[in-house]
Amino acid sequence: MADVLATVKFDAEGYMEDASAWNEKVAEAIAVREGLKLTDRHWVVIKYCRDTFTKTGEAPTLRNITKNTDVQTKELYELFPGGPGKMAAKVSGLKKPTGCL
Amino acid sequence: MKQFLILGAGTAGTMLVNRLVRKLDKKEWKITVVEKEQNHYYQPGFLFVPFGVYQPRDTYKPNRKYIPAGVEFINSEINTIDPDKNRVTLEKDNQVIQYDYLVIATGATVRPAETEGLLDGGWRKNIFDFYTPDGSTALGKFLQTWKGGRLVVNIAEMPIKCPVAPLEFIFLADWFFTKKGMREKVELVYATPLPGAFTKPKASAMLGSLMEKKNIMVEPDFAISGVDAGKNVIQSYDGREIGYDLLVSTPVNMGAPVIERSGIGDDLNFVPTDKFTLQSKSWQNVFVLGDASNIPASKAGAVAHFSVGVALENILAHIEGKEMPGKFDGHANCFIETGFNKASLIDFNYDVEPLPGTYPLPVLGPMKLLGESVINHWGKLGFRYMYWEILMRGWGVPLPEKLSMTGKKLD
Repeated sequence: MADVLATVKFDAEGYMEDASAWNEKVAEAIAVREGLKLTDRHWVVIKYCRDTFTKTGEAPTLRNITKNTDVQTKELYELFPGGPGKMAAKVSGLKKPTGCL
Repeated sequence: MKQFLILGAGTAGTMLVNRLVRKLDKKEWKITVVEKEQNHYYQPGFLFVPFGVYQPRDTYKPNRKYIPAGVEFINSEINTIDPDKNRVTLEKDNQVIQYDYLVIATGATVRPAETEGLLDGGWRKNIFDFYTPDGSTALGKFLQTWKGGRLVVNIAEMPIKCPVAPLEFIFLADWFFTKKGMREKVELVYATPLPGAFTKPKASAMLGSLMEKKNIMVEPDFAISGVDAGKNVIQSYDGREIGYDLLVSTPVNMGAPVIERSGIGDDLNFVPTDKFTLQSKSWQNVFVLGDASNIPASKAGAVAHFSVGVALENILAHIEGKEMPGKFDGHANCFIETGFNKASLIDFNYDVEPLPGTYPLPVLGPMKLLGESVINHWGKLGFRYMYWEILMRGWGVPLPEKLSMTGKKLD
C-alpha cells in the first residue's frame, strides 16, 4: 500500500495536492491510512464527490451529497466518522472543503 | 427607457440604489426596487433585544424612507425570476417587469423547519432564535423571568448570517446573568458544527480562551441531527446528546424561497455568483449582492457594504460595454461584543485571516483588533447611527473598501 502513495503529494493536513493524480487504488490507500475500510456505500459517496469535482471544480457539501445520492446524513457520519465532509474529500483526493465564513 | 431592477431593499439593495441613482442618466434609465417588507430592519440590533439593551422598536424604520427620489418602489412579494427572458413577475396585481439589468439582493433567512424537532413543542417556549424580530422579542420576554439552568447556544449548519453573532450572544448572556446576580445558576454551553469557537485559527484561539475565561463550555464538531423537545435534548449525527433548559438556536440559513421557485440557486437557495466581479455565473446582466449570493465570504452587512462599491463599478462598466474593473477581495469587518461594555473587532478577507493589531490606523487605532476594548463597544453601538444616516443613504465612510494590512501584526 505504501508504494501507491509514495509518489502522491499531500498538503500538511493530508489532502492531495493534485486531484488528477487520484485513482481507486490511491483512495484505498488513503482510507487505510485514515483507518477506514471502504465498502460499496463509501464508493457511492466517493464517486459522487469525484463527479461533482469534475463538473464544478469543488468538493460537494454534505447537503449536496444527501440531496443527490441515496446516502443520508446519519449514514454519512457512520461511513466517515469525525467529519464526513472533510474525510470524504480526503479519500476522494480533493482539497479540504472551504469553511464558510 | 431602459429598466434597472433591484430585488430586495435590505442592507445591500438599499446601499446600491442610493449610489446607483446618482450614476445612471435619468432620461435613459428607470430604476425600480421591489421589496416584500414594509420595514427595513437593522439586523445587528436583534442581538441586543433579548438583553433589553435595545427595544424591538429600535431595530426598524420604514423602507420607503431610504429609497431615493426618482426611484419606483413596489411593495410586493416576488413570484418568479426568469433571467433567460429578462423578466420578473410579482405577486401584486401579477405585474410583470421586463428588465435590462437585474440586481438580486433578496437576502437569507433562518429556516427552523430544516432541523428535525426544532419546531415541535418547545419552539418559542424554551427554544428561541434571535435572528428575527419575533424571536429576539420573545426571547427577551423569556429571559426577564427565567430562573436559570442550562442555556445551550447551537448553530445548526454553516453558513449563517453574521457568523460571530452566536458567540456574541453567549458572551452577552454571561454579562447579563452576572449583572442580574444569577450567573452561578446558569450553565453556558456553546454547541457548534465548527472545530472550535471560530473557523480561522488566530481568531478561534483568541475567542476560545475568552470562552474559557468566562466559564463557557464549548462542544465542537457538533452537527445537530435533531431536537427532542419532549426530553429537552439536542442530538448530533455522531450520537452525542446535550440536555438544555433553554435552547437558543441559530437555525439553517437559506436564500429567499423565490430563488428556489425560480430554479436559480444552489442547495441552500444561494445564487451562484463570481466571487470577484459579483456578476451571476449564468447571466451577464444579472448581479448578486449581499447574503443572496454564494460567494465564500461572511454573510454580513460589512461584506455587503464593501462589495457594493465594486459591484457598482462593474455594473456601470458592463452597461457601457467595457471590461469590468472591480475585483472584490471578500473584505469583512465585524465587531464582536464580548460583554461588560467591551467588544473585539476582526478584519479579514478571502485570503487574510483575522489578525491582532489596531484599526484603522497603526498603534493609534483607536479600535483594537482581536483584543477587547471599551472603544470597540462604543464603536458597535455607534454603528447604528452610521448605518441609518450614512451607509443606507449611500454615502461613503472614510475606510478603505479593500482589506488593508496597515496596523495588523503578523507573527
